[in-house]
Amino acid sequence: MKLITVSGPPSSGKTSILLNAIKALLADNKKVGVVKFDCLSTDDDKLYAALGVPVRVGLSGNLCPDHYFVSNIDDCIEWGKESGLDFLLSESAGLCNRCSPHAKNVLAVCVIDNLMGINTPKKVGPMLKFADIVIISKGDIVSQAEREVFAFKVRQSNARAKIIHVNGITGQGAYELTSLFYDANETETLNGGTLRFSMPAALCSYCLGETKIGKDYQMGNIKKIKA
Amino acid sequence: MNSMELLEKEITTIIKEIPYIGTLFETYGIRPQNDSVRLGQYLDTLTDEFYEDIGIDRSQLISNLVGFVALADQQPVFKVNSVTIIGGHDKSGKPEDKTITLHVGSITSIVGPTGSGKSRLLGDIEWLAQGDTPTGRSILINDAIPDTNLRFSLEHKLVAQLSQNMNFVMDASVGEFIAMHAESRMIKNVEQIVGEIIRQANLLAGEQFTNDTALTALSGGQSRALMIADTALLSTSPVVLIDEIENAGIDRKRALQLLVKNEKIILIATHDPILALMAEQRMVIKNGGIHKLITTTPQEKANLVALEELDAKMLALRNRLRSGEIIDNA
Repeated sequence: MKLITVSGPPSSGKTSILLNAIKALLADNKKVGVVKFDCLSTDDDKLYAALGVPVRVGLSGNLCPDHYFVSNIDDCIEWGKESGLDFLLSESAGLCNRCSPHAKNVLAVCVIDNLMGINTPKKVGPMLKFADIVIISKGDIVSQAEREVFAFKVRQSNARAKIIHVNGITGQGAYELTSLFYDANETETLNGGTLRFSMPAALCSYCLGETKIGKDYQMGNIKKIKA
Repeated sequence: MNSMELLEKEITTIIKEIPYIGTLFETYGIRPQNDSVRLGQYLDTLTDEFYEDIGIDRSQLISNLVGFVALADQQPVFKVNSVTIIGGHDKSGKPEDKTITLHVGSITSIVGPTGSGKSRLLGDIEWLAQGDTPTGRSILINDAIPDTNLRFSLEHKLVAQLSQNMNFVMDASVGEFIAMHAESRMIKNVEQIVGEIIRQANLLAGEQFTNDTALTALSGGQSRALMIADTALLSTSPVVLIDEIENAGIDRKRALQLLVKNEKIILIATHDPILALMAEQRMVIKNGGIHKLITTTPQEKANLVALEELDAKMLALRNRLRSGEIIDNA
C-alpha cells in the first residue's frame, strides 16, 4: 500500500484537491482510503464518503495535532492494509506553520494557496520545506504574475520539491498530481520509521492543563520573548 | 556551483555574485555580524536551536541555497516556436483524427460549452501529454517530443493563463510588484522593464495609472491591461490562454497585438464574436474532443469590421456617460 501524507495550512484546499485526485485514481480502478486528521471537528469525511471511499477521522482535541498524528498513523496503516487499499491518503491541517508531519520514505505533499500572501512560503516550516510535492492552489483567481512570483517564493523555501498547480474547483492538475502518487513508496509500517524533522516541541505546565498566568506557573519547556 | 564551493565563499562575495540571494539569506535569518565570514563558517556558528526554530536543518538549508544558485545561472530558456497537438479521443472514445500545429504569433480561439473539455486541452498542453492523459493526446514542441522533466520546471512553464475572474490580491504598488516579478525571473535591468510594462499597460487601458498606484486599486480594465502587458513582456510561458476579456476599459485588439509581437502562441476561450473573429482560426470543442478546426473566412473578417464599428460606437457612448454628457443621440 502506498501511503501519502498531505498537509497544509487550514483552508488551503487540501480536501478539494484530494477529492479530485481520488476521482482520478478511482477512474483507474484503484482502491483508495483517507484518514482525515483535524482538531475540533470536521465534516470532510462526508465528502470523501460521498465518493464511496473508506474514511477514518482522528480529532486531536487539546493535543498538538502533529503529535496526535504521529502517535496514530501506524494504526491507520494497519487499517488501510486490512481494507486492501492501494493508496492511503492522510490529510492533516497544519495549524501553527511549524508542523512537521512528513516521514522519511513516505511521499510528502504540502498544499499552499496563492491567496496566503507572498511571505507565507518562508513562514511555513518543515511541512513545506521537507515536502516532495508542493501543490499551489487557488491559481484561478489571482493574476499570472502573482502565480509566478508565489511559485518562485515556494522554490526559494524548497528548491527540491516538485511544484504543481492544481485547481480544487475544476480539478485541473489533479490528474497530473496522481501520476506522481504512483511513484510513491510502498509503506508496510511506520514502526521504526523516522520523521523528516522534529515536531514542534511542547512540554510545559500549560500542556498539562495549567490555566493560571504568571511566572510561578510556568514550568518545563519555556521560551521567553526579548521584549 | 556545488555545495563545497558555495560554503567556501565569503557571504559578501556570494551576495555580489548571485542576484537576489541576499533576500533568500534574510528569509532564513542569515545575518552575519561580519560579512567577510565564509558561508560554511557562519553556518557552523548557528545552534541546533536556531535550525529548529527556522524549521530546516543545515543540510537542507545548504541544498536549498545550491538549488537557488543553480536557478540563477541556468542556461537561457530554449525558444518555443511551435506547439503541436496530436489528437487522441473524446469522452466516448471517438478518435479526434487531427494534428494541429500552433506557431508563435498566431491567435486561435476556442469555443464550446462549459465542461466540453477546454481545461483538459490546456491541461494536456501544459503537461506535455504523451498519450498518458485521459484524452490520449500527445504534444510536440518545435516538432519534437519534449523532455517530460520540463513538466515541473517553473522556468519552462508552457502556459500562462489570464481570465476575467483573476484579480490582483497583493498588497503592493504596481511598480513594486512588477519589480518583484522581474526579481523572480532574476532579470537584471529591473527599472527598464517595469517602466516598459507600465507604459504598455497604459496604452491598453482606458484610464491611466502610475508606478505608485496600489495594485488592488486598479479598475477591472486597468488590471487586465497590466496583466496582459506583464504576461507579454515578463512571463516566460510561450502559450497564453485568455479566458474571455471584458469589453470595458481595455483595447482588446491592441492587447492581442502586443502578445503577438512578443511571439506568444495565443489561445482565447471566448464566445464574444469580436474576440473569436480576431483569431485566424477557431477550435470547436465537443464532448471532450477537438471536434472541428475552422479557419476564419474572409466573410467573417468583413463582418468583424462591422462588429468593431458597433463596438466603437458603444465605447464612445460609454465615454460620454463617464464625462457626464447626456445621451440624446445614439
